[in-house]
Amino acid sequence: MAKRIEVKDLDIYYDKFLAVQGVSMTIEPRSVTALIGPSGCGKSTFLRSLNRMHELVPHARVEGTVVMDDQDLYGPNVDPVGVRRQIGMVFQRPNPFPTMSIYDNVAAGLRLNNARISKSDLDALVERSLRAANLWSEVKDRLNKPGSGLSGGQQQRLCIARAIAVQPDVLLMDEPCSALDPISTQAIEDLINELKTEYTIVIVTHNMQQAARVSDTTGFFNLQGVGQPGQLVEIDDTTKIFSTPSNQATEDYISGRFG
Amino acid sequence: MPATEQPVRPRTKVRQRPGDRIFAGLSTGAGVLILTVLGGVAAFLLIEAWPAIIAPADEIPGGEGLVLYIWPLLFGTLLSAFFALLIAAPLAVSIALFITHYAPRRLSQALGYMIDLLAAIPSIIYGLWGFFVLAPATLGPTTWLTEYLGFIPLFEGPPSATGRTMLVAVMVLAVMILPIISAVVREAFRQTPRLHEEAALAIGATRWEMLRMAVLPFGRSAIIGASMLGLGRALGETMAVAIVLSVSGGVTFNLISSGNPSTIAANIALKFPESTGLDINALIASGLVLFAVTLGVNMLARTIINRRREFSGAN
Repeated sequence: MAKRIEVKDLDIYYDKFLAVQGVSMTIEPRSVTALIGPSGCGKSTFLRSLNRMHELVPHARVEGTVVMDDQDLYGPNVDPVGVRRQIGMVFQRPNPFPTMSIYDNVAAGLRLNNARISKSDLDALVERSLRAANLWSEVKDRLNKPGSGLSGGQQQRLCIARAIAVQPDVLLMDEPCSALDPISTQAIEDLINELKTEYTIVIVTHNMQQAARVSDTTGFFNLQGVGQPGQLVEIDDTTKIFSTPSNQATEDYISGRFG
Repeated sequence: MPATEQPVRPRTKVRQRPGDRIFAGLSTGAGVLILTVLGGVAAFLLIEAWPAIIAPADEIPGGEGLVLYIWPLLFGTLLSAFFALLIAAPLAVSIALFITHYAPRRLSQALGYMIDLLAAIPSIIYGLWGFFVLAPATLGPTTWLTEYLGFIPLFEGPPSATGRTMLVAVMVLAVMILPIISAVVREAFRQTPRLHEEAALAIGATRWEMLRMAVLPFGRSAIIGASMLGLGRALGETMAVAIVLSVSGGVTFNLISSGNPSTIAANIALKFPESTGLDINALIASGLVLFAVTLGVNMLARTIINRRREFSGAN
């Protein structure tokens, strides 16, 4: 559990268009790495390349290496489906399966990995995941109700429960709070703080205060200009990025001069 | 500002704009029209069928009463439509899945058009195709079926020498209802939110598992609805069945023998020109039964769809 990811010289393409160029970074285990930057700078694209969701877009591809604890994620014999089972993902808008109950939503991944899992094991894992997502007490009496009946914040925690149910090594979050109100955002941020004791977490956020609150390390992505590829400008301890960044563009961005 | 007693304002009448009125009138009119037409058809059938319903048994064609006259026809109708749906629905869903999720974009478009084109072929052409091409082609396979799978009542045989069997009627009907089912289901699959597909893929689903988790459940009500549309067409299909099927009137599940029941619609088409008096009333009575069955099928479909509305994703 909780593995280190090393990215080296990663170029990410949509067909012939170079979207992100030359990203190298080390993502430490049991920590939260936040990725910030203006819209369209490629932070979500980069995030999606970590669990090979990027390549679902036709003709999308990457060059460079992503290594997770000595396992090359883009190696020749690596199954992207296997990668996604090790690296969970939470999306911008809560997306529980509308046709499934709360219970089945959490159990969905478990059933994929282990078709013959016993009912009692499944019950235990579902309860554990919902507890870990701080949702158990709110839904334990209505596990058979549809997940889409929950509030937005609850749905997002349900999605986190679904992602951690399969016990991934890494959890990717793509602006997980951007569709939520402040109270629900607070709940998710508290949850991120608890989850980082067990998982490696990478979070993309538009909210700089959020990055400052939840992350240990912050990476700043930027565009050189329109039509240019996004680049990782700098990555450092969150406290350093938000007090004395070494790059002028970073300072301009976090102090609100653009973006 | 201190809370003071608000004077109760008299409700002002909302000003009616002419556009609103016209549109409300038009749409209400259209709704009422549908009900009127439906009611009119039902009334016509009932009035015209009534003489046959009250007539003594020996005056009905066949001489054994209206129920025994209509029953083999109803049986043939349900049998052919049911098996046609059994073949067409899974095929249509597979085609829709292939077009929306497997085929490269160019192929998927071309294939989509071709399927839609199937729906544009008049049913009489299907009938002729069944008669001249499909029926002779089944002679070999049906002999084989009787020989090796004869223990299944469906293939008991003896195989018909002309090939104009219920099996061929079923196959023709299946091809005829395939495009409508496939078109409706395809559109539903295409509208599956990307977000749900990604949710499945992100927890490590393969493409097939993703289809099963996100796409098929999302399209479930469309599959049922489209199947009922297809079933409705199969139940009422007239010309193709009238041409293909060689009728002898027996009630049997045997799909490949020459002793086939007719269907209500085909029977009306074949018998109507030479009928007079009470015979016509009896035919219309069979039409009334078909009307009721089709209505029942549609209501059943609606109940099935509604039962799981909570989980439909519409909320």
